[in-house]
Amino acid sequence: MSEFDAALAIFTQETEELLAQMEYGLLSLEDNPEDMESINTVFRAMHTIKGTSGLFGFDHVVAFTHEAETVLDTVRKGERPIDETLISILLNCKDHTANLIQHSLLGENEPLPETLKAVGTDLIAQLTGIPASSATIATVNTSTDQVTLTSCNQGSDDNWLILLKFRKNALRNGIDPLSFISYLKNKGDIVEIQTLAPELPSGHLMDPEACYLHFNIIFHSDLDKQAIADVFEFADDDCDIRIIAPHSKVEHYLSLLQEQTNDDETHIEKLGEMLINIGALTQNEVISALQQQNNHANQTNAMPKPLGEILIEQQFAEQPVIIQALKKQQSARERNIAEANYIRVDSAKLGHIINLVGELVISGAAMRLLVDRYGLNDVEEVAVGMNDLVSDIRDTALKLRMVAIGETFSRFRRTVRDVSGELNKQIELVISGGETELDKTVVEKINDPLTHLIRNALDHGIERPEQRLALGKPAQGTVHLNAYHDSGHIVIQIADDGAGLNADKILAKALANGFVTADQQLTRQEIFNLIFEAGLSTKEQASNLSGRGVGMDVVRRNIEILRGSVSLDSIEGRGTTVTIQLPLTLAIIDGFMVETENERYIIPLSMIEECVEMNPAEWEIDNIQHYISLRGEVLPYLRLGDYFNNRSRHTGRDQRESLVVVRFGQAKVGLVVDQLHGEHQTVIKPLGKVFEQLQGISGATVLGNGDVALILDVQALIQHAIKKRGAHVHATTH
Amino acid sequence: MTINVIDKDGVVHAAIQGEMTIYNAMEQKNKLAEYLKPVLELHLDLSEVSEIDSAGLQLLLWLKQEATQLNLIQHSQAVVEVFELLNLASHFGDPIVLSSHWKTS
Repeated sequence: MSEFDAALAIFTQETEELLAQMEYGLLSLEDNPEDMESINTVFRAMHTIKGTSGLFGFDHVVAFTHEAETVLDTVRKGERPIDETLISILLNCKDHTANLIQHSLLGENEPLPETLKAVGTDLIAQLTGIPASSATIATVNTSTDQVTLTSCNQGSDDNWLILLKFRKNALRNGIDPLSFISYLKNKGDIVEIQTLAPELPSGHLMDPEACYLHFNIIFHSDLDKQAIADVFEFADDDCDIRIIAPHSKVEHYLSLLQEQTNDDETHIEKLGEMLINIGALTQNEVISALQQQNNHANQTNAMPKPLGEILIEQQFAEQPVIIQALKKQQSARERNIAEANYIRVDSAKLGHIINLVGELVISGAAMRLLVDRYGLNDVEEVAVGMNDLVSDIRDTALKLRMVAIGETFSRFRRTVRDVSGELNKQIELVISGGETELDKTVVEKINDPLTHLIRNALDHGIERPEQRLALGKPAQGTVHLNAYHDSGHIVIQIADDGAGLNADKILAKALANGFVTADQQLTRQEIFNLIFEAGLSTKEQASNLSGRGVGMDVVRRNIEILRGSVSLDSIEGRGTTVTIQLPLTLAIIDGFMVETENERYIIPLSMIEECVEMNPAEWEIDNIQHYISLRGEVLPYLRLGDYFNNRSRHTGRDQRESLVVVRFGQAKVGLVVDQLHGEHQTVIKPLGKVFEQLQGISGATVLGNGDVALILDVQALIQHAIKKRGAHVHATTH
Repeated sequence: MTINVIDKDGVVHAAIQGEMTIYNAMEQKNKLAEYLKPVLELHLDLSEVSEIDSAGLQLLLWLKQEATQLNLIQHSQAVVEVFELLNLASHFGDPIVLSSHWKTS
């Protein structure tokens, strides 16, 4: 790849991101037209694309984005209001820009096709045709504002209030309050002083060697807070000191907070640090406040009080200053999230690292094995330490590939917006759990199935507003996208509050198409899952969005390729929920090693509920129907030995057996094995093409001693066990 | 440190000599406490007080609180300086006579 090509690749990626940001910004402007940040984002996107396109000589792109940029600039300056029409036009501009870039990448010198050209001129006319609003908002020069602010700080009422409460032992510890006040007098002007002894006891209770003195001092000085606190430095242990800033100082602190810029953008200053930096707090005050916070939390066992609250309570600092500082911290945090420091890394390099870590895990296991075999006690400790490190590295390496699903989710906002306009429906997309992370390769592959499911929900699910109102539902339909982690899997749900599915209709259709026979007894769940069979659609008329009956089977296949599963539940008239379960990663897992018939197997640890001893005396084992009663719960079980070795009957043996209870979603099944070996870091190696058809096995791993252990496909095993039991039930009842 | 006490018709006139500091606060308190209750008026002559610190000042505050009537008379320079520093003259309410030969601090 030449340097130019490499630059082009970066350009493509960058513009893609910028356009995505622009779209996001425009959509959020729709809800909140006042949001300056979003307007800036949109402007920046156009501006940057214009600039970089110029570098590559993509003149069409430059010419078009220039117009958009000009209009956006007027919006940014408040000269032109942003409304829904403008947002729609700008969204189209975004699409057009993407098309132009696509075209330019094909061949930079190719003339623009007429259609693209027409769209472009049309959009420009729309953009500029609307007369710009005459309302011009005066630009406020912030820098002059700040000058006046600081200059008024030199006002007259510039007095500090110092409150000193000496503790009982002050005198005995050689602290003479008088000497501090004399010293203070040298540092400035004591305007007013009150000497108080509110707790002075009467009669013989008064201890002349104890200190009962309090002082309230109004003090005028140019010193800053730290310098004043330094006066009382030696009395610190024997005196409660409060130094309250003059009113003008508070304003000064506020302006300082505003001016203060953080050089290191990734570093979020702590509240205490920030206040010390501007001089609103002294080091000691922060330490003391932090101590109080600690004590409070320890005593009450409750959530620690926020530091800011303590600081105000203790009069260490002024409320407006703290509020300002907290705001600043918050905005820094937000900016940090928005401008998080990213390094672009070739994903192939990441893949390589993960492969290497996989090998490291295997050789680590080999070393452990040798250490155990030769009983090297002193090496053992080192080996254990290294093992921990390796598993940390493994987790971190895998995290490198983890991305939040939120970005994928928010792309659907545009889909929902466009489709609802097209179908004349009012639909809101609610997104939750966007911060849930999963492997990037999984994210990429889940996009298509998700799009399909959402389009389904929009088209089939949500009814027209008038229908909804007639049914007593709000006119606006809701599609809810949700993601969360559950037992080593990520669960993605697409829920709509639309028409729902009619189980009878599906069954009728399935019967007509010959998917099921009339004598088959199906549960509601099973009927709904027929939706995923190829060629079944209940929509009477196919639209250009969905309904042709192709797709749901593709959705299921795509998800199954990712070792995931999909299921559907629906209540007629109330809505439909599609639930997708996906493994978090495709490379390395925490496994649990078991052995049966001298063959080792790995069960993903996250799917294991518990391990119990298979005791025929204790559990009511039904060998014919293959279930046991586990603490009163009916649990289907499967003998791994029978399943893989195809031995027809299990002959009574003396050896003890163990039952590993595994769970996938709602289904639980027991796997009977001979021996439990414990946890094992498992590097998933795919099986060759030859073994692709194997049921119940999802991969293999290499053990420390070089042996191969098979990784169980728990999901398939569970289905098998349940089916097997079901078959027996059918056999006995029919 | 000594305290000269003249008891006359229920009015006690006590003159404190030397310093009023943490080192002798206990002793002074015990001695002066004897005259507090039975007497109506306590006149405290401070002319010979060479030095006064927080403990001494606190003792004066205590006497003011405890005594039926406490009159401080003939403040020495050391006492006046502390009273001025802490703005206490009005609290005790005694006239303070400044002597011309005090050194200006």
